Amino acid sequence: MNLIAQLPVLPIIIPIVAAPITLLLPKGRVPHLWACLFSWLTFAACIALFAEVSSTGPISYHLGDWAPPIGIEYYIDLANALVLLLVSGIAAVVFPYAYRSVQLEVDERQTPLFYGALLICMTGLLGVTITGDAFNVFVFLEISSLSGYALIAMGARRDRRALTAAFNYLVMGTIGATFFVIGLGLLYQATGTLNMADLADRLIGQDNRMVEAGFAFILVGMGLKLAMFPMHLWLPNAYTYAPSAVTAFMAATATKVAVYVIIRFIFSVFNFDFAFIGAAFTYVLLPLGLAGMFVASFVALFQEDVKRMLAYSSVAQIGYMLLGLSFATVEGLTATLVHIFNHALMKGALFMAVGCVVLRAGSHSIYAFAGLSKRMPVTTWAFLISGLSLIGVPLTVGFISKWYLLQAAFEAGHWYAGFLIVASSLIALAYVGRVAEVMLLREPAEDGKYAMPKEEAPLSMLIPMWVLVAANIYFGVRTDLTGGIAQRAAETLMSMAGGAP
Amino acid sequence: MDDWLTFILERYNYWIVIMLMMTGLYIVFARGNLVKKIVGLNIFQTSVFIYYITIGKIVDGTAPIYMGGELEAASHHGGKEAGGAGHGAEAAAHDAAAAGEAVHAKIDNSALDHGQELKDALKHAPAPEEGGSLHELPDAGDKIANAMGDHLGKTPPADASGFDVGSAAGGAHDAAGNAAGGVGDGAADALHGAMDAVVYTNPLPHVLILTAIVVGVATTAVGLALAVRIREAYGTIEEDELEAADEIAEFGHAAGERAQAEAGAGA
Repeated sequence: MNLIAQLPVLPIIIPIVAAPITLLLPKGRVPHLWACLFSWLTFAACIALFAEVSSTGPISYHLGDWAPPIGIEYYIDLANALVLLLVSGIAAVVFPYAYRSVQLEVDERQTPLFYGALLICMTGLLGVTITGDAFNVFVFLEISSLSGYALIAMGARRDRRALTAAFNYLVMGTIGATFFVIGLGLLYQATGTLNMADLADRLIGQDNRMVEAGFAFILVGMGLKLAMFPMHLWLPNAYTYAPSAVTAFMAATATKVAVYVIIRFIFSVFNFDFAFIGAAFTYVLLPLGLAGMFVASFVALFQEDVKRMLAYSSVAQIGYMLLGLSFATVEGLTATLVHIFNHALMKGALFMAVGCVVLRAGSHSIYAFAGLSKRMPVTTWAFLISGLSLIGVPLTVGFISKWYLLQAAFEAGHWYAGFLIVASSLIALAYVGRVAEVMLLREPAEDGKYAMPKEEAPLSMLIPMWVLVAANIYFGVRTDLTGGIAQRAAETLMSMAGGAP
Repeated sequence: MDDWLTFILERYNYWIVIMLMMTGLYIVFARGNLVKKIVGLNIFQTSVFIYYITIGKIVDGTAPIYMGGELEAASHHGGKEAGGAGHGAEAAAHDAAAAGEAVHAKIDNSALDHGQELKDALKHAPAPEEGGSLHELPDAGDKIANAMGDHLGKTPPADASGFDVGSAAGGAHDAAGNAAGGVGDGAADALHGAMDAVVYTNPLPHVLILTAIVVGVATTAVGLALAVRIREAYGTIEEDELEAADEIAEFGHAAGERAQAEAGAGA
């Protein structure tokens, strides 16, 4: 038994073993260092796994050496290797960043709990991504969600509304997860299996009402989890009142993983032989994606709170992902996968910048950003560059996403969608521009509620933030990296689903 | 009309599930009290548990615990008491691959009342197979044996296919036991008690639901813990009062008061 053969299970085993031990550590610095160490180890395992998959093709790992479909299988192809890399990578930069921010925003006695919960949340997200067993998805999803509720509620030290936000998220998230389980139950009743590959085999030719209902339940359940418009109502409050590090981590990963689950189910479990898949694309994902892009962007425009503005922007960006998916072409799917990756980079960096401001100004209201360029120039520029990326300016990853998406829209014949993508980007320009104007041109408050010292955020926060900003530019120039991998992944998924609908 | 009524009554478990599910969801949405919301959420989740458990249930089935010794003893016992039927059942229990034929033998030998019914069951057997529901059974002999077992076990027809698939996953031995159980139920009372012990209920949904129950308990715990913290922070767990408190904290007065103030100013 060598370590390489056990590689696929390492991203789960490492953090889930480390998390309970975190709780036993003394409060203060130790749990943070411990959690950092294990998030990096996990990231290293994910890099190794990604390298393995991209050179030798999909890996199937049998847990406990029980052969599927009886045993649980971990199945890693390029699509989920990319998402694994993303989740563990974001974790690897958020964990070091968290220390100072958490010191301010979370009660010191709770630090072991905080880092333990953050590790478990990461485990859950990685587990959802890596597994090839449908019920396993539910279990890992709830592992990540439950720790997520607790993490969001920890923002209560600064603002008690974090508690109600976490409670609402808990109610919505549980309804979503339960819907997902109902869907799985219907599929199980139709096929007698829960292994994804096995499900796909046995669903062939079963285009009946039961399978249809199963798909609907799964789509709605995951739609709640990924904040698909109009099921996004839990998201703005949860992201606004959570501690900054939690927001940066969850905004960059949690919803992306849920989008991945929808992709996995549509392409690997169901396939285009089912008439209802095509209907779901045309009548559900396409209009809701477009509506989300506009309504949420428009709402973002009027927010006084920068964190809430970015949260609404996240809902809009999820609209882009669903839109790319709904074209049901290799190009559209490539655009979605690229945007999953890129949006995580830009939103992670933006929320980290907000966290730096919160550390110094004690607020994430737009008034706290007044004259920020004179107070915290490094943070300001990080915010501006990732903001430009959010709009989609060339040389940033945002441009690459929009480029793939536009190409896909025109090739799929949805030219109007192409115009709407550009129009919605203009709204993004307006809301990012509004913050930029406040940061660059306003005079900083000298006294009063929003006055702050002329002092940069500490290096432990600036370095992780700038790593993400640099990634925004690097992957914006080296487009072949993400684009090429996403395209190969999309081709594999598309061939699983059996070509165009 | 009768068909229609049986259609509804046979699926009574689904009606229970749907009613519980809607009750739970309604409570979650309609109640302002946070603890009541959690209770509603629990009822909603419980309905799903019941759904999973009922789709795994086989009429007269028992917990899926393998009892090799007892199975053999039961077969011998049945053999003494019920003659040909017992022989058939014994063969089925001993030799899984020959399960189908064992039941054939049973039909031929049996002078009991239900011989005709068994033949009918044999005729029926291929029908669910075409539907794809039995496709995972190891071989044709077992398919027939299993379908017969279920038929005689008086499982609701529409559900039988769903149940079979799971029970068959247990393997050929299972199928044989199933058939034996069916025979016992349909053919001879003496055989009944002894054979029942080896009709297995599909264990997988139960195991899944054990996991889901753990998740549900954890969710309830987190939800109630949040309610406690909300009570500490706000002094109330009523949703509208919470909203009013947030409103006052943000704007200095509640929305209702502001509307009143504006109306007053207008007058």
